[in-house]
Amino acid sequence: MAKYLLLKHYRGAPEAANPVPMDQWTPEEVQDHVQYMNDFAARLESTGEFVDHQALSPRGTFVRYDGEGRPPVTDGPFAETKDLIAGWMVIDVDTYERALELAGELSAAPGAGGKPIHEWLELRPFLGVAPTVTE
Amino acid sequence: MDELLLRELTPAVIGVLTRRGVDFATAEDAVQEALIQAALTWPDRQPADPKGWLVTVAWRKFLDARRSEISRRDREQRVEVEPPPGPAETADDTLQLFFLCAHPSLTPASAVALTLRAVGGLTTRQIAQAYLVPEATMAQRISRAKRTVADVRFDQPGDLATVRRVLYLVFNEGYTGDVDLAAEAIRLTRQLASMTDDEETAGLLALMLLHHARRPARTRRDGSLVPLAEQDRSRWDTSLIAEGVAILQKALARDRLGEFQAQAAIAALHADAPRAEETDWVQIVGWYDELLRLTESPVVELNRAVAIGEAGGPVAGLAALATVDPGLPRHTAVSAYLHEKAGDLRTAAQLYADAARSAPNLAERHHLTLQAARISQSLRA
Repeated sequence: MAKYLLLKHYRGAPEAANPVPMDQWTPEEVQDHVQYMNDFAARLESTGEFVDHQALSPRGTFVRYDGEGRPPVTDGPFAETKDLIAGWMVIDVDTYERALELAGELSAAPGAGGKPIHEWLELRPFLGVAPTVTE
Repeated sequence: MDELLLRELTPAVIGVLTRRGVDFATAEDAVQEALIQAALTWPDRQPADPKGWLVTVAWRKFLDARRSEISRRDREQRVEVEPPPGPAETADDTLQLFFLCAHPSLTPASAVALTLRAVGGLTTRQIAQAYLVPEATMAQRISRAKRTVADVRFDQPGDLATVRRVLYLVFNEGYTGDVDLAAEAIRLTRQLASMTDDEETAGLLALMLLHHARRPARTRRDGSLVPLAEQDRSRWDTSLIAEGVAILQKALARDRLGEFQAQAAIAALHADAPRAEETDWVQIVGWYDELLRLTESPVVELNRAVAIGEAGGPVAGLAALATVDPGLPRHTAVSAYLHEKAGDLRTAAQLYADAARSAPNLAERHHLTLQAARISQSLRA
């Protein structure tokens, strides 16, 4: 088994085929979309492949250390930041092919007009643990 | 409470229930509930007859489950309370469970989960923690696996090779959580080897023992990897090595070589060298040739190139590497190592840095980055 992160972007991914932003959908279309996502997660749980999913607020703050005894410096959010993560799903699957298949399904979530968004998702493998037998 | 005892009794108790006519999935659920109850009550008072206690409680759990099931379907129907007189259980029950849980219709991950629960006696929570997934996900993985094997007859002869592969996966990839999965894999393989007269299963056990023996020397306190050549060999567990070598020799004497015996032979040659420089690389290359003949695996070809590099020098190693698929994981790392040995430090530093970027795990990435940094520093000096 290997874990993969399916990363959803607010910004930074190539444009989707059905790119109408969510706030311009009908309420039913929004509900259908949410239902699709929940059903997808529930189905993955029933197949024993679900690990986690979370959505992120687009409003973030950059933070850094500013020296001994001083409070951390904060900055941002930076409007010009090209890449903005919207959320993720973590899956635990037998093969890379299975991960691709699931990412494809998630990308088919319905958007405006009830049609698939064809959203670009980023698929990233986790770094695993070192195996015992190596030589 | 003796958790290991509980785990050891698990397959036998499942065996008793299935012999009384309970289907495997239901029996396994009932025993899992009995195990959880034992974990709660045994710390206060461990029963005099632990196995009898588990059978009684599991049987009661089964009856409770069936009663509520029946009362849902038909509130009028009477329930048989006394266990039907089934045949007495035999040692074969546990072996049959091994076969069922590693049934070829299961994916490797499902077989691993089911084996750890039904044969290993671990709870779903422990297995979920070990594989870093939510408990609900692991519970589903296990119940799907049970549905997959629901129609498999319990007394069918199984395939030892698939059982070995499942146990090898548990040994090789299990690391986290509060259960030592490597030790658990050894315990289960020992049990399997004691029930079967089979040289490859013995070979697998030997392989595990020889690798487990080196575990104390394999990682530093910070979790970073120590390469074989740099390990403090005084920290290797000599009694595990002696046991592994003895088991291997007995298996090899039967002259029916298999993949795990050949791998164990390589591990034994490493274990046999008091210092890294005294390793018998010529013999190791010979075993890799055997292994390649048995498996035709490109990973073996890659490891063989390393061994050739040690036995015949880095130029010979690089020549052997030239015929190996460059797309293989760790190919770049091996190439870096051989280039450094051959004195081409610039290429080696670059290759180590490339290898670090494509490393499959953090410990290896850290190790490879350190190698790149070390060589780059010496080039600047």
